[in-house]
Amino acid sequence: MTTSTQGNASQKEKALPAVLVLEDGRVFHGRSYGAVGETFGEAVFSTGMTGYQETLTDPSYHRQVVVMTAPHVGNTGVNDEDPESQRIWVAGYVVRDPARVSSNWRSRRSLDEELRNQGVVGISGIDTRALTRHLRERGAMRVGIFSGNALPDAGTMLAEVRQAPEMKGANLAAEVATKETYVVPAIGTKKFTVAAVDLGIKGMTPHRMAERGIEVHVLPATATAEEIYAVNPDGVFFSNGPGDPATADGPVAVMKEVLARKTPLFGICFGNQILGRALGFGTYKLKYGHRGINQPVQDRTTGKVEVTAHNHGFAVDAPLDEVSQTPYGRAEVSHVCLNDNVVEGLQLLDQPAFSVQYHPEAAAGPHDAAYLFDRFVSLMEGQRA
Amino acid sequence: MPKRTDIQSVLVIGSGPIVIGQAAEFDYSGTQACRVLRAEGLRVILVNSNPATIMTDPEIADATYVEPITPEFVEKIIAKERPDVLLPTLGGQTALNTAISMHEQGVLAKYGVELIGANVEAINKGEDRDLFKGVVEAVREKIGHGESARSVICHTMDDVLKGVDTLGGYPVVVRPSFTMGGAGSGFAHDEDELRRIAGQGLTLSPTTEVLLEESILGWKEYELELMRDKNDNVVVVCSIENFDPMGVHTGDSITVAPAMTLTDREYQRLRDIGIAIIREVGVDTGGCNIQFAVNPEDGRIIVIEMNPRVSRSSALASKATGFPIAKIAAKLAVGYTLDEIPNDITEKTPASFEPTLDYVVVKAPRFAFEKFPSADSTLTTTMKSVGEAMAIGRNFTEALQKALRSLEKKGSQFTFVGEPGDKAELLREAVRPTDGRINAVMQAIRAGATPEEVFESTKIDPWFVDQLFLIKEIADELAAADKLDPELLADAKRHGFSDAQIAEIRGLREDVVREVRHALGVRPVYKTVDTCAAEFAARTPYFYSSYDEETEVASREKPAVIILGSGPNRIGQGIEFDYSCVHASFALSDAGYETVMVNCNPETVSTDYDTSDRLYFEPLTLEDVLEIVHAEQQAGPVAGVVVQLGGQTPLGLSQALKDNGVPIVGTSPEAIHAAEDRGAFGRVLAEAGLPAPKHGTATTFAEAKAIADEIGYPVLVRPSYVLGGRGMEIVYDETRLSSYIAESTEISPSRPVLVDRFLDDAIEIDVDALYDGEELYLGGVMEHIEEAGIHSGDSACALPPITLGGFDIKRLRASTEAIAKGVGVRGLINIQFAMAGDILYVLEANPRASRTVPFTSKATAVPLAKAAARISLGATVAELRAEGLLPANGDGGTLPFDAPISVKEAVMPWSRFRDIHGRGVDTVLGPEMRSTGEVMGIDSVFGTAYAKSQAGAYGPLPTKGRAFISVANRDKRSMIFPARELVAHGFELMATSGTAEVLKRNGINATIVRKQSEGEGPNGEKTIVQLIHDGEVDLIVNTPYGTGGRLDGYEIRTAAVARSVPCLTTVQALAAAVQGIDALNHGDVGVRSLQEHAEHLTAARD
Repeated sequence: MTTSTQGNASQKEKALPAVLVLEDGRVFHGRSYGAVGETFGEAVFSTGMTGYQETLTDPSYHRQVVVMTAPHVGNTGVNDEDPESQRIWVAGYVVRDPARVSSNWRSRRSLDEELRNQGVVGISGIDTRALTRHLRERGAMRVGIFSGNALPDAGTMLAEVRQAPEMKGANLAAEVATKETYVVPAIGTKKFTVAAVDLGIKGMTPHRMAERGIEVHVLPATATAEEIYAVNPDGVFFSNGPGDPATADGPVAVMKEVLARKTPLFGICFGNQILGRALGFGTYKLKYGHRGINQPVQDRTTGKVEVTAHNHGFAVDAPLDEVSQTPYGRAEVSHVCLNDNVVEGLQLLDQPAFSVQYHPEAAAGPHDAAYLFDRFVSLMEGQRA
Repeated sequence: MPKRTDIQSVLVIGSGPIVIGQAAEFDYSGTQACRVLRAEGLRVILVNSNPATIMTDPEIADATYVEPITPEFVEKIIAKERPDVLLPTLGGQTALNTAISMHEQGVLAKYGVELIGANVEAINKGEDRDLFKGVVEAVREKIGHGESARSVICHTMDDVLKGVDTLGGYPVVVRPSFTMGGAGSGFAHDEDELRRIAGQGLTLSPTTEVLLEESILGWKEYELELMRDKNDNVVVVCSIENFDPMGVHTGDSITVAPAMTLTDREYQRLRDIGIAIIREVGVDTGGCNIQFAVNPEDGRIIVIEMNPRVSRSSALASKATGFPIAKIAAKLAVGYTLDEIPNDITEKTPASFEPTLDYVVVKAPRFAFEKFPSADSTLTTTMKSVGEAMAIGRNFTEALQKALRSLEKKGSQFTFVGEPGDKAELLREAVRPTDGRINAVMQAIRAGATPEEVFESTKIDPWFVDQLFLIKEIADELAAADKLDPELLADAKRHGFSDAQIAEIRGLREDVVREVRHALGVRPVYKTVDTCAAEFAARTPYFYSSYDEETEVASREKPAVIILGSGPNRIGQGIEFDYSCVHASFALSDAGYETVMVNCNPETVSTDYDTSDRLYFEPLTLEDVLEIVHAEQQAGPVAGVVVQLGGQTPLGLSQALKDNGVPIVGTSPEAIHAAEDRGAFGRVLAEAGLPAPKHGTATTFAEAKAIADEIGYPVLVRPSYVLGGRGMEIVYDETRLSSYIAESTEISPSRPVLVDRFLDDAIEIDVDALYDGEELYLGGVMEHIEEAGIHSGDSACALPPITLGGFDIKRLRASTEAIAKGVGVRGLINIQFAMAGDILYVLEANPRASRTVPFTSKATAVPLAKAAARISLGATVAELRAEGLLPANGDGGTLPFDAPISVKEAVMPWSRFRDIHGRGVDTVLGPEMRSTGEVMGIDSVFGTAYAKSQAGAYGPLPTKGRAFISVANRDKRSMIFPARELVAHGFELMATSGTAEVLKRNGINATIVRKQSEGEGPNGEKTIVQLIHDGEVDLIVNTPYGTGGRLDGYEIRTAAVARSVPCLTTVQALAAAVQGIDALNHGDVGVRSLQEHAEHLTAARD
């Protein structure tokens, strides 16, 4: 959706005027940041105070314009270790005070430079808190950022924003997922093989599995059950990813086959929504979603609270306080967000399958939920025994 | 799981007097905790010797003991109250050390009192260097990250010297174990420094233990504030990054929240280590603070230390995030878990989350080096600041510049006019961390320094350095612009420039800049501190200003009263003023007003979002206050602004506020002027027929000399319009008068020097009173223990007065009323009198809440500040009597015959300061105030009350042993009787030859000891200083022979400080001490709660 007119603006051009237009007509005036041009997407805010590199490169942000609530962005520059994928996925970037210099021993280049190199249009210097409050009250909505010296008139900009596609009903996983299967080798002794269906997977996820002796075969979003079982997996994984889970009929069908074969199954984020659908639950769009790295989630199996990384605009609609009967046996909500009681995890009681809506791989975010990868390992161990 | 059902009563220990490193933040924490515990239905028993605290208000706890925080006294309280549990983690190091000591003595076991909030093993693991190293090692094994600096534990000087070799040479860091605020620690660059610092450290440490460690000077420094509940849920409340790199105590650093220069990977690593440490240490429930150093070259992380309790940083973190750590810690201690506690600010989400900020917080320290001219001003790992200001902005530059102007100190703001000076020289200056180094850095930048050069000199992170360059570039733009257009002005404001700074750069007046700015429509908006970066709606109006787009101030119906607080704590203006502001807020809220607090001091109760209906965390400058008044006037009716409770800071703003059309309630700015201006006040006194010491005002030496010649030496000289006796001195001769005038830089025709006759041997009396225009309510009369000439803030005093009779009180009442009426007071007034011979002189009058208001209120069980606030808004004394806020009849001048005696004693910060040679600073009291805090002793007779005040302030008076006496000639007569009493109590006296001779002639035996100047004797006889250092002296009486310069007795007094031996520097204090010793030796010193005292007083009044 991004059209960049200038991939490499000079210092002087950086300060070009820019306008952010929301589909309900609210307008913010700022200065251009990153590439100059125009871009459209769904406006969402992220409350993480660290981890902008991970956020930018998270495929789940495909077609979204991310508003950073933290005022200073870019302070630690850009390094080569922290990206979660090969490129920046956000459709646009909104910050208040971009860094003028980068300060970190791992930094290779500035964030501004990186955004320009990748043609990501952004805006800086606007009241990001006012924008966040607006999105909180009115819900996530379509947005356009326009920067440069020759901006269209207000009416034209608003019309363009309203023409952009909506997130509801968007089927995006295939756009961001790998086209070819690749293998992430186990670190140390290999203990298991996992087939991971890439719906927009973040780099840290297979890494967390590899650390536990898992060889991860990352398959395209369109992978069939045959392709999955061709790698002889001990377990199957469904990743995070962008878009409306209601459109993910293909992955849902594949997951049903995995469930039918009782292979140990783990899903994260989009993967959780797919499990929900496979079990017969509905999904719905949250008003403004959960995006941040400070969300309290309770593991209802232990009562413990973990502080977790979230990035989801949709959620599973499952009953919180009762066990549900599904085609694959009994299922229950294993995790819940304490802020708003949104379903954050599902588990089957009669066969080895579970999923969470949030991000145990973190990156960015706290490592409190890393134990879930151990749970996946135990499921696979249990199956073997 | 809800709260424990097996707890009915809890003992909370406060932190005692305000000292450097342990200040008002523990009143804030303790008050929160006590309120929470009471709300949970527990009987709360509190002990705290500091009367200037909100926590010791009788309504905060069920039984409030203003008694010394020593194991002996706390045991008496336990024996009387028999609490189920003891919560020791909210009263700083004092509370923790007292609790540990009682545990070790078996007191807790004896009475079956359980420690909650922390167990002894965890406290030891967190506080003991060696054990903590083991903790870090264990964490490293588990998670692969975190290490300690290489170090050695030492118990003797030999260990210390050997230790340096083990570490690979100098420089090394010395850290004594179990001291608060890092007392006694420092960097040693050579053996001399090492011997000095480690020597003192071994003495200061209660376990005679110091740690030597490798130098990590110049590394990045971070802190995390964590909380854990009994289910092992852990949250990180806040990350803090120090602007000043390692080498400066975090209390003395400019600090920033959240951390600004960490990637997520690095931040999560600190978080992982922090959580692993809190688990390994075993802090069951509650908060803890962990400090880290990060090598900017490669990210190597060293864990510096942890505090297994609520700390100064946790108070800062609470204010910075809106997450009330102490309150939550108290709830966790009684059994709740984090997910069961709602977040106050959102009301809808639980406390088991981590706050996220959409703003930047900067804290800047306030120092008082001007009070200790001989002290070395280099900042080290020993904390020296006496207060701090916090500011919130939507970016770093805005927050930083707001914080610097909040310090309210000349030169604290960046200046961009005039010659910056020589670049190389400025860069050299910036190498040494000092108060105001950041200003030197800014001048170096103006002088052409590059970012690399600045980093080379200071090791301040390049990102911060760039922010300073950004500020300088804006200043350049302001200077170069043809005119102030809206865009440039808005940009400057976005980066925190004050109207005053812009005016200076543009060569305009501040009010002109403001007019232009308002005309151009450039005004701040107010944003909310909401813990969640606007993810959820906030219910609590906790505001900060920013030059952004959208304001969040809601409109209201009720009339608002805006209360101006007192800003950063400093010597002379501390927690006492915050106390009065908080009381005003409570009283006015009860009276139906919407209360709006303005303050920038994160340590205080006033800046708790719970205290007032609205809180503006803002600098107390004219510009910032005017904008708040404007915002509140937009929101609804404003009844007025209260300026008389926050000390000199708001008082100084009153005239300008009024000139800008702001309604000031209570005593008018003109009346304030009438009390402060010598001429006007002289007329008030003349009309009332009251004598003042002879005096005059001078702007030159010639004028001063003429006045002094006429009224006779000694004279008391001081600048006008100051608080805390700043620059005040007793001058005995013309030579000193000449040098005093020469050294005083701020003399001008509008700010003359005041020259007063000094009343030798006068009794000084302080009076606090309320006046409504018709009726006077005499709040209390305090008689100073020390003679006139010692600043009232540094002098001990007794209430009711111990030697004044009914006739004297009558005269005091009449004089007070005449002055209050003459000046035009509506609210509180404090007057200082001196009784010399039989004449009652008026020394000065302050038409505002004084430092003694909390003490007077507690001693007489009457809330004076609340009454003052009500009078300011039109209530009369008669109405308040009818309402019950004031007693129905009688007042503080007519206390019942058997009213308890309260003694206030000042606490001095001597041990914190050293001169550049590493020697201690002199401890003589004088007319310039230097105490940081106070304690109160209360009992039925003076001797016991005085003994309690000493125990609370310095440690118990000795009841036997060796007393050393050396007094000035003028004191020799008055020394004889108390000396005889000491002998009667079994003391062995030691004296220098002159004093011993006088004693001998009066039939009192004293061993002659050698003066320091005489050196060691031929047979190895030690000098008095050596004897003190060897611990062979239990009590020292040493009165100085004059003031100013290096005094005889200096070594004796500094040795006394180093060894913590009680040292009395006036004969009046000796006489009081003797009464105290007498009381102690007659045994049976009891404890009694304020509630019991009040009941007794009330009963006697009716």
